[in-house]
Amino acid sequence: MIPSRTSHSSSIGPGVVPRGADPAYDEEVKREYDLRKNIPHLGKGSKGRPFSIDPNVGVMTRTQTPYVTGTSVLAVKYKDGVLMACDTLACYGSTKRYKSIQRMKLVGKYTVVGFTGELSDFDYISTLLDELEMTDFCQDDECPRTPKEIYNYLVRVMYNRRNKFDPLWNSLVISGWDYVEKKPFLGCVGMIGQHYVDDHVATGFGNHLARPLFRESWKEEMTEQEAEKLLKSALLSCVMRDKQMMNKFQLSKITADGPGEISEPFAIDTRWGYENYVNPTKYAPGAW
Amino acid sequence: METYDAVGENNFNPSSYHGNHTKQHATWSPYDNNGGTVMAVAGEDYVICAADTRMSTGYSIMTRQYTKVDEMSPKTLMASAGFMADAATLKKLLKGRCDQYQFANNKPIGCVAFAQMLSNTLYMRRFFPYYAFNIVAGLDAEGKGAVFTYDAVGSYERTNYSCQGSGQQLIMPVLDNQLKTVSPLVLPAVSSATPLSEEEAIDLIKDCFATAGERDIYTGDAVELFVMNKDGIRKETMPLKTD
Repeated sequence: MIPSRTSHSSSIGPGVVPRGADPAYDEEVKREYDLRKNIPHLGKGSKGRPFSIDPNVGVMTRTQTPYVTGTSVLAVKYKDGVLMACDTLACYGSTKRYKSIQRMKLVGKYTVVGFTGELSDFDYISTLLDELEMTDFCQDDECPRTPKEIYNYLVRVMYNRRNKFDPLWNSLVISGWDYVEKKPFLGCVGMIGQHYVDDHVATGFGNHLARPLFRESWKEEMTEQEAEKLLKSALLSCVMRDKQMMNKFQLSKITADGPGEISEPFAIDTRWGYENYVNPTKYAPGAW
Repeated sequence: METYDAVGENNFNPSSYHGNHTKQHATWSPYDNNGGTVMAVAGEDYVICAADTRMSTGYSIMTRQYTKVDEMSPKTLMASAGFMADAATLKKLLKGRCDQYQFANNKPIGCVAFAQMLSNTLYMRRFFPYYAFNIVAGLDAEGKGAVFTYDAVGSYERTNYSCQGSGQQLIMPVLDNQLKTVSPLVLPAVSSATPLSEEEAIDLIKDCFATAGERDIYTGDAVELFVMNKDGIRKETMPLKTD
């Protein structure tokens, strides 16, 4: 089998000594590696000396501070699947910079991954997931990766990068249908590898705004309509209180019936005529 | 550029709310404290390992159903508080080692050997530690209950009871008061196992968690007790307050 391209080679941290910089060492490791040449990340496909730092480059890190970011992702399980929702905005600081970014990605047939945080880092994660999906497709064994496997993979990727002090500045929400256990799956991974599975999750500001609503109203045997209603009420609170959120959302749905769907963008009804918005200082004694 | 934390879960910087703009951008730390309390009590022929199921970051609860106790081998339980990503990685690594032990020796690893392995594994990361506070509980070769308690870099000690994590300060004095027995140095040797029966110990542990949950915001939701005796391992769950 042709070795697949691997952006995430375990021997290649950022800034390692490249092949050719030290021919004597290359010769030495070649003998060692020839013994293991069929292992993709150690043998032929490898691009440098593992666990080393190129003195010309120094320790290389990418995102140490985020620039273009997405805000909350919300998701709930219901009785035959999972719904996930987020807006389509990528902010540059507090500038609403890119207004039609799809922040959810369909991975294979049964998984949707949504992100909060740095757009470019998620782009890299998308590349990893595409490669993973490609190998899976090529195997053609009617045995696609389950959402749980993708979740565990992403946990390792995020944790591995925090170990290199070169984090991927994202929180990821992984939703899907576990066709092995015949039940919905919903999990969340943070920037430094912290992770959990739950019946409902929300990242970023949504953890403060939407999670309490979920905890109050979520039920095990919710129908799709009930779940959608809950999710939309949570989106409403988010868009009215989170300045980084925009009233243009997408909703993804994954069930046992096959390919997950990501909806066309839609808006929800908002009302801004509340008395407290018209006269914000009215009930705040001491303010002016 | 405005001060903010895009992910919003890892660090909270109050200075940004008060016009102190010395800090120009979001920073990050490779560590977080996800809270949680773990404890274990050993008896003459049983051991109980218990932990709450809350996982928090700062003032937010991430999930109410995170199990902190794992069965590493049929004779060994391990519970960890602290940073959950480190704890999960550590347990993954150790479980792999336990499997390798099983393949090499055709028997599961014992809790005393496991305890030493955990210590070595923690110390290997002395200068970039696993931020995990662990307790190992199991039955030793004689079938006696054993509890091993650790710090983050691998110092450890065999005891008969221990508590670690965010509720440690609240629970440990109670255990000292209720369970402290004869010093293991006294001659002729006297068993230093806790005198309580299994049922009494279960009650004590439940009380401890209920009490810690009243005062410690990082402890709550539910407590899971893993009881190990000669018949095997069984699990009990008791709900705690969710506030």
